[in-house]
Amino acid sequence: MEGMIMAHESDLNLKATELRLGLPGTDECEEMVSAAKNNKRASPESVEECGSKGTCAAKSSEHETAPAPKAQIVGWPPVRSYRKNNLQPKKTESESGIYVKVSMDGAPYLRKIDLKVYNGYPELLKALETMFKLTIGEYSEREGYKGSEYAPAYEDKDGDLMLVGDVPWDMFMSSCKRLRIMKGSEARGLGGAL
Amino acid sequence: MCLFQSVMNYFPEEVLEHVFDFLTSHRDRNAVSLVCKSWYSVERFSREKVFIGNCYAVDPERLIARFPRVRSLTLKGKPHFADFNLVPHDWGGYVYPWIEAMAKNGINLEELRLKRMVVSDESLELLAKSFPNFKSLVLVSCDGFSTDGLAAIASNCRFLRELDLQENEVDDRKGQWLSCFPDTCTSLVSLNFACLKGEASVAALERLVARCRNLRSLRLNHAVPLDTLQKILVQAPQLNDLGTGTFVHDPDSDAYCKLKNAIKKCKSIRSLSGFLDVNTRCLPAVYPICTNLTSLNLSYAPGIYSSELIKLICHCKKLERLWILDTIGDKGLDVVASTCKELQELRVFPSDLYGVGNAAVTEEGLVAVSAGCPKLNSLLYFCQQMTNAALITVAKNCPNFIRFRLCTLDPTIPDAVTNQPLDEGFGAIVQSCKGLKRLSVSGLLTDQVFLYIGMYAEQLEMLSIAFAGDSDKGMLYVLNGCKKLKKLEIRDSPFGNVALLADVGKYETMRSLWMSSCEVTFGACKTLAEKMPRLNVEIINEGEQIEASPDDRHRVEKMYLYRTLVGPRRDAPDFVWTL
Repeated sequence: MEGMIMAHESDLNLKATELRLGLPGTDECEEMVSAAKNNKRASPESVEECGSKGTCAAKSSEHETAPAPKAQIVGWPPVRSYRKNNLQPKKTESESGIYVKVSMDGAPYLRKIDLKVYNGYPELLKALETMFKLTIGEYSEREGYKGSEYAPAYEDKDGDLMLVGDVPWDMFMSSCKRLRIMKGSEARGLGGAL
Repeated sequence: MCLFQSVMNYFPEEVLEHVFDFLTSHRDRNAVSLVCKSWYSVERFSREKVFIGNCYAVDPERLIARFPRVRSLTLKGKPHFADFNLVPHDWGGYVYPWIEAMAKNGINLEELRLKRMVVSDESLELLAKSFPNFKSLVLVSCDGFSTDGLAAIASNCRFLRELDLQENEVDDRKGQWLSCFPDTCTSLVSLNFACLKGEASVAALERLVARCRNLRSLRLNHAVPLDTLQKILVQAPQLNDLGTGTFVHDPDSDAYCKLKNAIKKCKSIRSLSGFLDVNTRCLPAVYPICTNLTSLNLSYAPGIYSSELIKLICHCKKLERLWILDTIGDKGLDVVASTCKELQELRVFPSDLYGVGNAAVTEEGLVAVSAGCPKLNSLLYFCQQMTNAALITVAKNCPNFIRFRLCTLDPTIPDAVTNQPLDEGFGAIVQSCKGLKRLSVSGLLTDQVFLYIGMYAEQLEMLSIAFAGDSDKGMLYVLNGCKKLKKLEIRDSPFGNVALLADVGKYETMRSLWMSSCEVTFGACKTLAEKMPRLNVEIINEGEQIEASPDDRHRVEKMYLYRTLVGPRRDAPDFVWTL
């Protein structure tokens, strides 16, 4: 238990009664915060022994000389570990949704849909079918959307026209820039084997 | 007194028992049992509900000896700071010995409520098989069990009414525990499995809900999808309390439309929670039931932003309890203040737990709520900043606080405007709120705040202190002043031996004292333990070197002391020393 031996107890009294202002993480504040207490506020051992998933992020930062503006302290803010482990706040970008334009060949105007609303391809395709009053059929890796006049395609980040359904849903959501419902011979070309 | 006593003694015991039946609070029954021997005797044979705030203060044998007719037991185990990972995992708090002893002695246990205890699958199995009339199991912040244990409860407790799991760490073995409720089980009134992480058999759940016509409270976990929720609500429109699982769907879909209709028919729902994953465009489905809600918990709902929360809350005019994330913002709290005139309890939790903190609530939101909600009496508020002026205003607006817990995300932040300590603000709170029973302070605080607390907080029972104070005087003010203090927990504050040893008798009037990262030394703790044999003074050592006899001058990292009738506990792990 290195650090437990308080050789500078007399020091501590002085520091303990000294009022300092400032945020934890600045030199002054580190002293104020650690002055009144044990120097090892959160030793790595104690963090590990606690064994809880979420809090290992809160390591002792007392010895960091160029710390982040706010030091992470074990057990602060005092939130139950259950809550820490189970609340996953969404990032800001998810607030507005991922709206992409949807064009259909021959339609007078385009539509827009929010990809975030759908949990996967089946829901998306069903939504498109409802929106445009058509059938898209089932996806197969080999033959695309067989048995349908229409094939859903999308333009990806590189500007290429891709068939909807090849890549995992999450990857699709982040790379899809706009949707295009293709029909007729063009569609068959897309769906055919390469 | 003599005359009174002899008059009372003429009443047969049945009469006394009948009178005692009207006493529902534990404290009243405890008081009554102190009056005289015959009252003690009548009381103990008629007591059915026992509350034990510290499972190590007594032992199962004493419980059974004194209250042989106990039917309902409430036990609390680990110290409160265990919630924040300050107590090592194997510290203790095992329920098994209690269940074992009650089983052996033929106790007719019907209800068991546990908080911060270690509950093994073996305990649950023993519980399930030993008490034929068992009706109600409530586990809060417990750990040590898996869904196998739940399966044992489901399979064996024929008259189970309540299975309420709140915020437990459960090992989800993805078994079919829900299917273990036999088809003959129709007695469920309350089922809460929101804290389970794994898939539950959706079909079994639907069948269970369909046959339990008395079901009033149902809280689902993350794995239950929206369309299952819809089917359940169709089966159980009588629900009072609903916790949704995932609330994500395409709002243009049929399923969502059906859900909206199902929800409309649930006219009895007064309490709503869950939304463990949520598509905000689905939220309007609940608007029709918002008008009657008295309790709303959105504190586990990620990503609902202030504007959406505001839209929802505008419908909730009868709300008495609101648990929410700080994403609601000061603006949102303004709306709460103008809409929720019946509000009694508000909890605002931090949404950003690891980052530098862009918490959206400040002192302004709190002031707004205090001005708009005159019935407010219970608060838990995590905020970016606070001012004395705000606290003084809050104290004036709401003199009825019973629980006041303020947590600044930076634990030692001063008044945001004046840079002064927050002593005056908290001082105003304790002076104004004469009924205050629980207080947590934070921000930059000197000994002065403790002077105020000692002077004014006459009803205070629980006080939590972190990173506060300048010297032993602070702690002394509290120990000397707060006559009704039951639990004191202190971390990272400069209180030491002088304060600890000033009034050793005080600790026998309290349930417990926790001090970590303070200035108390081994020597002082040993002295205290010697003087007070009816206290357990436990030192928690987490360092690698566990010295046989550490120097008396060594500072103690973690100390937990509590009054007890049964001496040092025998289940303490190696790293816990009882002095």
